[in-house]
Amino acid sequence: MTSPRRAEQVAVLCFLLAILAAVGLAVVYWRGGQPQWEGVLLSLTLGGIGSGAVLWGKHLLPPGEVSEERKPLASSSEDRKKFVEELAVTPVQVGEQAGQPQPGPLRARRGLLLAASGAITALGAALLFPIRSLGPRPGGGLTRTRYADGVRRVVQQDGTPMRLADLEADSVVTVWPEGHPDDADSAALLIRLRDEQDLQPREGREDWSVEGVVAYSKLCTHVGCPVGLYQAESALLLCPCHQSTFDVLDGARPVFGPAARSLPQLPLDVDDEGYIVARGDFSSPVGPGFWDRGTEA
Amino acid sequence: MLTRRIAEWLDDRLGAASFARTALAKVFPTNWSFLLGEIALYSFLVLVLTGIYLTFFYVPSAEEVHYAGSYGPLQGVEMSQAYHSALDITFDVRAGLVMRQMHHWAALVFCASILVHMGRVFFTGAFRRPREINWMVGVTLFLLAILNGFAGYSIVDDQLSGTGLRIGYSVALSIPVVGTWLTSLLFGGEFPGSDILQRLYVLHILLVPVVIGVLLTIHLGLLVRQKHTHFSGPGRTEGNVVGVKLWPVFAVKSTGLFFLVAAVLALLGGTFQINPIWLYGPFDPSQVSAASQPDWYMGWLEGALRLMPSWEVRAFGYEIPNPFFPGVLLPGLTFGLLYAWPLLESRVTGDRGEHHLAERPRQRPVRTALGVAALTFYLVLFLAGGEDVIAESFSLSVNAVLRTFQVSAVVAPPVAGLITYRLCTELAARDGLSTGSKVTVREIPRRLLRGTP
Repeated sequence: MTSPRRAEQVAVLCFLLAILAAVGLAVVYWRGGQPQWEGVLLSLTLGGIGSGAVLWGKHLLPPGEVSEERKPLASSSEDRKKFVEELAVTPVQVGEQAGQPQPGPLRARRGLLLAASGAITALGAALLFPIRSLGPRPGGGLTRTRYADGVRRVVQQDGTPMRLADLEADSVVTVWPEGHPDDADSAALLIRLRDEQDLQPREGREDWSVEGVVAYSKLCTHVGCPVGLYQAESALLLCPCHQSTFDVLDGARPVFGPAARSLPQLPLDVDDEGYIVARGDFSSPVGPGFWDRGTEA
Repeated sequence: MLTRRIAEWLDDRLGAASFARTALAKVFPTNWSFLLGEIALYSFLVLVLTGIYLTFFYVPSAEEVHYAGSYGPLQGVEMSQAYHSALDITFDVRAGLVMRQMHHWAALVFCASILVHMGRVFFTGAFRRPREINWMVGVTLFLLAILNGFAGYSIVDDQLSGTGLRIGYSVALSIPVVGTWLTSLLFGGEFPGSDILQRLYVLHILLVPVVIGVLLTIHLGLLVRQKHTHFSGPGRTEGNVVGVKLWPVFAVKSTGLFFLVAAVLALLGGTFQINPIWLYGPFDPSQVSAASQPDWYMGWLEGALRLMPSWEVRAFGYEIPNPFFPGVLLPGLTFGLLYAWPLLESRVTGDRGEHHLAERPRQRPVRTALGVAALTFYLVLFLAGGEDVIAESFSLSVNAVLRTFQVSAVVAPPVAGLITYRLCTELAARDGLSTGSKVTVREIPRRLLRGTP
């Protein structure tokens, strides 16, 4: 057990250490600052005060424990009865009990009470309306992308359009509709398959690819992370967030992980000048699902 | 004497001397595990202090600017003003990095200490009557701490936290009927929108801290009013509380604890790098890096998102997308159960009496086993949040790791619960302690449904 004398000496030392550290902190700061030293010196300042205080509390103050009685928490039944009475609202019937004093300070007619509650509720409802200004009605933006405007070239983030010759087998390029290279939901992956990889297009999408080049939405249908990883050997797209895996040869159908829907596909073509274009919007709304998304898997 | 003169001056105007005497004489038991809540409280205090400092430098704007600070690799890069200001705090405000890192570490410690404190209260039965209200206040504080932490690291608008925000948006979007409206109003449109940083900022520095402050006051007020629980021992009964008085011993030691907590946070903030945002770069919704994980207290949700099999509900042109189940339903059930626990336990045990003696976990084998099983479940989810890192570190197949975690999520909790139950009964028998309510797990469903007389 530490003697009070010893504890006091150590506590004084702790406080002195704190003073030195504080001075050191000021010097470090004045000379330009340095994060590690700032942290250590601040820590020593705070720690010195803390240690001194704990030593003080443990060894230099009257020791021993005391007992405090726990009184019953509940009030007396007398108090409770009076409280309920004083709080009660006593409806007064029209024409009844005239002249007789009613208990309680609040007297009200039933109809009045009802109208009052109605008014407060109406105010509450009315006050909610400004919340509507926080954002637009959710609408077409969730189901359409810029590609819906019509035939558009696909471009990289710096605006350069793509030719078929720019893509070697196994390459994956992120593209956007021309004119909107920053649009968050129209990012798409342009993938060139190997010659031996057999694309099995979905019904109605037989002409959506061009010479082994397909395009799918880059937004994962799970929770919207960009599907950034491609395993060329097996033509699998992997989303790094939660490892949803999509089979490029089978309409980007999910084959592993939590995603439940295929990546929407972009219909491709080549224009007169040889640049790759999108003929229209994706096959279904891009990105994660929502209540009234409507279409199929 | 000066103290007496000041006290008299104040009492002439406030008449607070007798109240002050009662307050200062309040007794606090001295078990070490009763300090966990204080660690949470003091980390919150550090959060507020460092947070105030940061508000003088952070700019909550999504407007695009080109980096013009002193960090070379990002020179000229386009980024939001918010991210730019966070980089300025890191590199161009003297002591800014320590403040930011201290703030971030304090948030991690805040959530961790709340969890441990909540565990202490749970495993000692200190949530029982009359403390049910305080338990619910505490659960709310936990929820708010998590939300505020998420908001805080998301407003920096770096690539990593932006990915997390995207995930949060998509999870909210998945809520049936109202999801699209909720996200549109919250974000001011589709993701990413230009309003979310500003709004999260207001939530983070004003709305949530004020609510936390009010709830903390209630939490501590209830504690003072109902007095703290204490473990049984010589001289300790249900009718008293044994410990040290608030003044001077408890106040001095508690003040010491505050400074020690702050000292640890300062050491962490200065010497342990956390959230190196300059390495992540500004947020770009078309990019993501592998091995993206959220802060630890969100890990269980992240793991749940990964482990959930790819089930969706689709009918009549409407759907409940997959992320709804792990992202909304699971936390809803989790917090629902947490809130309801005191009432559920009292319903099952039929125990409606007041309790001021804290129990040792081994005295309540069923409750302790259920608690450990629950913790195991969330631990599996938490670890699953890093399954890609685990797979890469140990050169395992990601698919195999995922399947293992999926199986563990179902198998590990009951196993852990059974082991815990045995441990508790053996330990209690060895110590000669009585073991609680004698309700077996098999009886729980019936008692829940029909109540217990």
